[in-house]
Amino acid sequence: MNTDASSAPVISFENVSIGFDQADVLRGLSFSVAPRETKVLVGESGTGKTIILKLAAGLLRPESGAVHVLGRDLSSMTEKQLLDFRRQIGFVFQEGALFDSLTVADNVAYLLREGGVAEDEIEARVRESLRFVEMEDALEKLPDELSGGMRRRVSIARALVSRPRVVFYDSPTAGLDPVTSQRIITLILRLRDSQGVTALLATHRLQDAFGLANYRFDAATGKILSAPENGRRPSPGAPETNLLVLRDGKSYFEGSPKNIADSQDPYLHRFLV
Amino acid sequence: MAATEPKLIAQSSPSVAAAIAEAVKKSILAVQDYSLLSLQSVGNLFSPPHYVGDMLEQMDLIGVGSLPIVLLTGFFIGAVLVLQTAAQFERFGQTALTADVVSLALVRELGPTITGLLVAGRCSSGIASELGSMVVTEQVDAMRAMGTDPTRKLVTPRVVATVLMLPLLTSMADLLGLIGGYMVSHFTLRLGAVAFWTRAMDALEFSDLMMGLTKPLVFGFIVATVGCYQGLSVRGGTQGVGRATTAAVVGASVFILVANFFLTKVMLFFAGHTL
Repeated sequence: MNTDASSAPVISFENVSIGFDQADVLRGLSFSVAPRETKVLVGESGTGKTIILKLAAGLLRPESGAVHVLGRDLSSMTEKQLLDFRRQIGFVFQEGALFDSLTVADNVAYLLREGGVAEDEIEARVRESLRFVEMEDALEKLPDELSGGMRRRVSIARALVSRPRVVFYDSPTAGLDPVTSQRIITLILRLRDSQGVTALLATHRLQDAFGLANYRFDAATGKILSAPENGRRPSPGAPETNLLVLRDGKSYFEGSPKNIADSQDPYLHRFLV
Repeated sequence: MAATEPKLIAQSSPSVAAAIAEAVKKSILAVQDYSLLSLQSVGNLFSPPHYVGDMLEQMDLIGVGSLPIVLLTGFFIGAVLVLQTAAQFERFGQTALTADVVSLALVRELGPTITGLLVAGRCSSGIASELGSMVVTEQVDAMRAMGTDPTRKLVTPRVVATVLMLPLLTSMADLLGLIGGYMVSHFTLRLGAVAFWTRAMDALEFSDLMMGLTKPLVFGFIVATVGCYQGLSVRGGTQGVGRATTAAVVGASVFILVANFFLTKVMLFFAGHTL
């Protein structure tokens, strides 16, 4: 624990185990996520990707092991402390999980209103967040008037409105067409490179990881450019994308997208096809 | 192979005792979870934040929304009571006593119970399906992920709204029941307004009113907490929401009828009736 604070992991799982209905989902899983790193969790359905995100957000408690996020041991926190802690993170749920009785603007403003932020500031920040996801003209719409992709974008806007240091994405591209999926990945990439957030992203699409590793957002020009480093850290502190492949409740592979592409492992190749 | 088959079957099928033990364990856990949720819903009142806006919205949905069916039902319950009792009293030439019966039966028993059951049917199911849908679509998790306690935001406003609204709805049901009773007694028994209303009012004691207005407080608590518990415990997608809705109505209705018996017993004791 003598690690330099700036390079200390933002998220760390130590021997985490959890099960449901007498079936183990995670069995002694350990991994960590460095500042500004995007860790992409890849695995088949039921391998515990969503569970990992919920553990990292303190929505579930591990049966054994420890989960540290932003320097806090979530396993030892009370529910009240966890509620306060969660205001510092962003969570994008699989289907968006927008409050269906609230308008888009009210959904995005929810966290700010709960925090007692002044209405003038709320309006400005809601517009800023919706502008970021290119949904500013949908302010007064209800979630059921939006397409699946639009709901995900609003969900991303809702997650980033509090300017979190850590964002968890649960299958943000699941069930979307390739064009919309790419648009969502571009948004995540822009959020990573413009605001330097650390992220955990669960997906079963390896393309999402390659998209994040192979491109970068240039804030100066506002354009998406190729990242020649192909996911490897170009310089200290620069965003890095790594993969964690899950199998049977454990880490099966951890490395960069390039490593997985170069691998001859037949199980990993199933995700490449 | 043939020798191993019986062993495999024996291993895979749990014994009856184990199945019963599992069912008992699940029931005890459910009672524990329900009790904790109920306590938490009340405990939330003593510390901020309070969601007053949500509370008023629920009061409108539960109170104003239930008013038409409560009024209609109350009216016809009062009317049918007169029809049923008038024939008996006519035999003794005591038709004026119908006012006493309608008044006592409505205020002490039928008003609170029928209103409780109606609101259970309408609101317990509504609460369970609304919260259940929110669980299934991860809206409750999203709420928690944004630092909001769902019991404060969703449960306490519904509990407070139902507890406050049910006595008012019961009062309205009682009034409409008496009006219904009066109208039927006027047209069938030719009972005058003064005779009916004087007897109806004289028949009531303060303890009757207390009983009639205390019961709805408890019934309101049951309706809201059972609905919220079933909604927040939903498992198994949309099918689970359907099951929770049914369980909420059945659970709340049975709970109301059982609680009614014990409340009546206790209140009669305090009113000096030693039954």
